[in-house]
Amino acid sequence: MADWVEACTVDDVDEEDVIRFDHDGRSFAIYRSPDDEFFATDGFCTHEKAHLADGLVMDDIIECPKHNGRFNYKTGQAKGAPVCVNLQTYPVKVEAGKVMIQI
Amino acid sequence: MAGKVKRDYSLVGESTRIAIETGLASAEWYHTEVPRKTMKELMHRSDSPAIRDTAIWLGAILVSAAAGVYFWGTWWCVPFFFAYGVLYASASDSRWHECGHGTAFRTRWMNDVVYQIASFMLMRNPVTWRWSHARHHTDTIIVGRDAEIAVMRPPDLLRTALAFTGILDFRYSLPALARQAFGKLTPDEKSYVPEMEQHKAVIAARWHVAIYIATIALALTMQSWIPLVLIGGPRLYGTWHMVLTGLLQHIGLADNVVDHRLNSRTVYMNPISRFIYWNMNYHVEHHMFPMVPYHTLPRLHELIRHDLPEPNPSMWHAYREVWPVLLRQLKYEDYFLKRELPPTARPYRGEFHEVNMSAAAE
Repeated sequence: MADWVEACTVDDVDEEDVIRFDHDGRSFAIYRSPDDEFFATDGFCTHEKAHLADGLVMDDIIECPKHNGRFNYKTGQAKGAPVCVNLQTYPVKVEAGKVMIQI
Repeated sequence: MAGKVKRDYSLVGESTRIAIETGLASAEWYHTEVPRKTMKELMHRSDSPAIRDTAIWLGAILVSAAAGVYFWGTWWCVPFFFAYGVLYASASDSRWHECGHGTAFRTRWMNDVVYQIASFMLMRNPVTWRWSHARHHTDTIIVGRDAEIAVMRPPDLLRTALAFTGILDFRYSLPALARQAFGKLTPDEKSYVPEMEQHKAVIAARWHVAIYIATIALALTMQSWIPLVLIGGPRLYGTWHMVLTGLLQHIGLADNVVDHRLNSRTVYMNPISRFIYWNMNYHVEHHMFPMVPYHTLPRLHELIRHDLPEPNPSMWHAYREVWPVLLRQLKYEDYFLKRELPPTARPYRGEFHEVNMSAAAE
């Protein structure tokens, strides 16, 4: 059974931005969309080991800082070369100003 | 780091094995510290600068082509084809590059359209070159890993000189496209193009070859050189500016290091060259932060220059600096131009940069 883990507070993430969250030896990326929703994915790009938290959020896209590979961070879908493998996403909920992800 | 082992520039050879074993491949590279808020501002995408510049570029291509054709048969066509050649065969390189990164425009399809057009102008397979450039950013000037090392060691100066004429494009790029059109990729290409993408490379090559065949057929039908002077031909007479600016990106600097300050070069250039080159003269900055669009690279340069080697003040200065290095590399290929970091700069993994070059003095 997956656990809900507190990743950050809502104020830790700017609108249309992403931060890094490390937990139990794994790394995640926590996103805040332009319409103020939160999302979570694996932290590292599926192409090469670059952390997406250093990338650029545009609408519902996260662009990897290393090779500019793009994913839809809401669905994890890879949007074309050089990324071909989808990104793992995780359920998110906000409770009392805290962003929780289910991992 | 390369030691006495002769460099093997294939991507599936001895240098490849060494790069992987020593941790040079897919390494963690140095980055100057830039606050996240500032970096977000620098990375911010906008369509308008690239729409403006692309309209100027394509407009100038059309005008120079039309004037060149109008004056065909007189000496008046020469300056127009001179301009057309550079716009077609040199400016396309920076458009290919920026749109390949997806940073020129905010809108993805705009990047894709210009990328395809520019790839054709450059006689580059848009699929294989997208992946080779990704590798170039992962393993910049790592021997055995980087597919885009323009001048290998020891330098082949004749080949480098011929590159200015574009002859090598006809010698290598066209046959490569023809080979790929028949479905054959080399082991090097297969090493950086994922299997699931390889069929796309074949399809792209077939499109390019089909357009060249149609151009030749049109020239034969018209009994005129004009179609070939306009399509394909500019690679011969317009490539020089691309090579002039592009060679300076890494030539003569360290290889097998994991710090772009040591293997890449920032050169101040005149505004015309910067337009043609879309600010890729800020090359250390581009490699360190490939997310930053060409139009904000000057701002990034000002922000981090305290942590970078002194830029070359001109292309002339850069070539004058590197020429003796190339001559020395003919005898001693481990020799390179060692970039000095400013006293305030943060050092990074200097062990890769510590090469005993005493033999070069012999």
